[in-house]
Amino acid sequence: MGRIKTIARRSFLVGSAAILGGVAFGTYLVKRDPANPLSADAAAGDAVFNPWVKINESGITLVTPHTDLGQGAAMMQAMLIAEELDVEIDQVTTTPGVAAGAYYNTALGDEAVPFRSNDDSFAAEAMRSTMGAVMKVVGAQVTGGSTSVPDSYVKLRKAGAVARETLKAAAAAETGLDAADLTTERGAVVLPDGMRMEYTTLAAAAAQIEPVNDVTLRDPAEWRLVGKPMQRLDIVSKSTGTQTFGIDVKLDGMVHASVRMNPRKGAELLGFDAGDAEGMRGVQKIIGLPYGVAVVADNTWRAFQALDAIEYDWADAPFPAEQADHWKAVEASFVADRLDKEWRHDGDVEAALEGADVVEAEYRAPYVAHQPLEPLSAVAKVTDDRVDVWVSHQMPGFAEQRIAARLGMETGQIFLHNQYAGGSFGHRLEFDNIDVVVDIAREIKGTPVKLTFSREEDFAQDYNRQIGMARGRGAHAGGKVTALDLDIATVSASRSQSGRLAAPVPGPDVQLAAGAWNMRYAVPNLRVRAYAVPELAPTSSWRSVGASTAGFFAESFVDELIHAAGADPMEERLRLVNDDDARAVLEAVAEMSDWGAPLGPRQGRGVAIVTSFGVPTAEVVQVTDTDDGIKIDHVWVAAEVGRVIDPVNLENQIMGGVVWGLGHAMNSEITYADGRAEQDNYHMAEGMRLHQCPVIEVRALENNPTVRGVGEPPVPPAAPALANAIFAATGRRLREMPFYHTVDFL
Amino acid sequence: MKLNVNGTEHEVDVEDDMPLLWVLRDELGITGVKYGCGIAQCGACTVHVDGVAVRSCQLAAGDLDGDVTTIEGLGTPDALHAVQEAWVEHQVAQCGYCQSGQIMQAASFLDLNSAPTDDQIDQAMSGNLCRCGTYPRIRAAVKSAATKLQRA
Repeated sequence: MGRIKTIARRSFLVGSAAILGGVAFGTYLVKRDPANPLSADAAAGDAVFNPWVKINESGITLVTPHTDLGQGAAMMQAMLIAEELDVEIDQVTTTPGVAAGAYYNTALGDEAVPFRSNDDSFAAEAMRSTMGAVMKVVGAQVTGGSTSVPDSYVKLRKAGAVARETLKAAAAAETGLDAADLTTERGAVVLPDGMRMEYTTLAAAAAQIEPVNDVTLRDPAEWRLVGKPMQRLDIVSKSTGTQTFGIDVKLDGMVHASVRMNPRKGAELLGFDAGDAEGMRGVQKIIGLPYGVAVVADNTWRAFQALDAIEYDWADAPFPAEQADHWKAVEASFVADRLDKEWRHDGDVEAALEGADVVEAEYRAPYVAHQPLEPLSAVAKVTDDRVDVWVSHQMPGFAEQRIAARLGMETGQIFLHNQYAGGSFGHRLEFDNIDVVVDIAREIKGTPVKLTFSREEDFAQDYNRQIGMARGRGAHAGGKVTALDLDIATVSASRSQSGRLAAPVPGPDVQLAAGAWNMRYAVPNLRVRAYAVPELAPTSSWRSVGASTAGFFAESFVDELIHAAGADPMEERLRLVNDDDARAVLEAVAEMSDWGAPLGPRQGRGVAIVTSFGVPTAEVVQVTDTDDGIKIDHVWVAAEVGRVIDPVNLENQIMGGVVWGLGHAMNSEITYADGRAEQDNYHMAEGMRLHQCPVIEVRALENNPTVRGVGEPPVPPAAPALANAIFAATGRRLREMPFYHTVDFL
Repeated sequence: MKLNVNGTEHEVDVEDDMPLLWVLRDELGITGVKYGCGIAQCGACTVHVDGVAVRSCQLAAGDLDGDVTTIEGLGTPDALHAVQEAWVEHQVAQCGYCQSGQIMQAASFLDLNSAPTDDQIDQAMSGNLCRCGTYPRIRAAVKSAATKLQRA
């Protein structure tokens, strides 16, 4: 078993297709549930029914291991447990719990396989099952890939049901009644005569019996919470400044620190002169590190000031110093030996284009920074036998392993206290803040230290969204699109990420053409090929990952072909679509927007549909070409999600995804000069501001039996729908993001 | 120097050029006020000085002339300000990191303009960034808060 674990761990890759040739997983190992982390420190009288529910006489605790990054994960998880446990949200305490293998994410494996999400063939299902087994064996506790809902949907309701039935069994044993005659409500078992036995009172007895694991989940028609508009458990704290984020953690005796790392990302510090910083007020320690300098002070601002006073000698960037050379590397990658995979070839594209009046176009997508509003930060305390780190992270288990390896300690000596995050968008999948805070804390053992990156440092050290290009060729006949050939060349963010984890994986990267190759169209001749650009500047997963670029390429080019054919963008998509879910979301946005209705002067509409993370999402954008620039008036969105967990949070997530997609397409990019990112704060990578925000109308469809997450899927259609709308309003085709290089926005 | 924050007098020993933001967060431990950008681009650090919204990352301690109110002083979970009530009712927050600043901006704005037009709301709130994209809810909550304040 030890060997299987080693292989699986090394072969694991988030968001890519890890194909484990010949590795068989013993049924025993896969079926054995990872140890319940709540058992480790359970006191007498604590009933720890499973890794998610703990009840004792002082209260009911629900563990919500998917990190809350602002997407409402804590509330979503609590709702699912509470639904079956028969408790109300105001009766429970929630905690992210400790990092543990028990909280492995199976749904992430579902999306890492090289099959379309609507492909339920034996091969696709077998691969999903294998990937799920890998996640379980390696204990991959990961928040990402829009998987928190699909991973939790059955598992957490079952956790609640097991706890409820065990409490009923305990009550039955105490009263001599049959468990079948007992009911539960609001945190109590209710006897036939109406007497209530509170869970908190029953907990000690329940702790003494075997959990009742054979449970049946309730029919959705009986749900009290799931599917209903709920008040998020963090909404009051987040409206009163009382929510503690990672950056707000306070410990007795804590000092403050900041860091300046080589702005040529990944390169070393050759030398530094801290003479001017040493005597500065409040500066306690200046620490030279292989990659930069950290200053420990009694106030964050004083640490910033001291870092500004230091002179640094930085090594050269380990990638092309100038942006133009990054583009040259992308342009040079449309060649056979860079082909990562031909993802799809329906019909015969070459034959269809032979002699046809070929439509050609080329598209570009830049690097883009994540930059959630809470800057990277972390608090750490290192002693000889124990390390505590307070931080928000999407992979807390990996982070603990990494800290242990860095300090030469055992993972069991590392305690990561996961925090609410002030946004992430993929930023908190990386480890720079954790590495640095540990490097500082080990130099001042016993003293807790809070590390805060300045915004400028956060921009300089971001692992940006992948850069990429696409070249499309296509043809039409008789007003119909007949051939579509799309070549996509992008950097592999997945490989960049996994390379830093020293876990490279062979095989194609499913993200390179995600959102393009799986387009749900029956174009008679359709080919999508992905080319992998060699690693340039390091990149990472950015909200919606590959589909944020490939979705833009695909739905822009589809639109160009439709216009060239003289067809209506909505009608032709509806004619081409070959999947019921995709058709339904297109029909929904057509109806919501009253597509085809007369528009005002200088107005235009564009539509796009992209399927990412299993969610077909269609968006219609309406713009007006005013004298002062493009005004985005209105957006209509429809998404097939399987099941709405909370309509309020779903709407908020989808609106946010649209704003994210539109804002970055409008005005955000990272470019390199002298090996450094040229943009260092929000004035140079602004995203959308409130006055630019359109009216957004959202509809979620529940036609498909598979429940999905919506954190990412609304992002990819936004950019192409906006570009297509601007074309409709102005006749200008935008083939390069960010669009503000070509048009002005209000 | 002495300063009054949320009705309490404090004495701190800081450089004149330390931004009020860092006096509040690191000297006084008041963390509802947030560091976002440090250059007045995001508004996460917005507090009131004598009731008027200011970016605390740009106000040097030595230039402070007036009483400071942070989000903690505007209202509490048990006694919400009308703007906070509206923020809760509309469930504005996602990550919530910008919302202290958004709420302080809105409260100050509504104090000066109790019956704003949509355009005025857009202009007043556009200096505050929200990376999660809660703007449609912010607009709705500002309007609700205006109605609440008019009734009060």
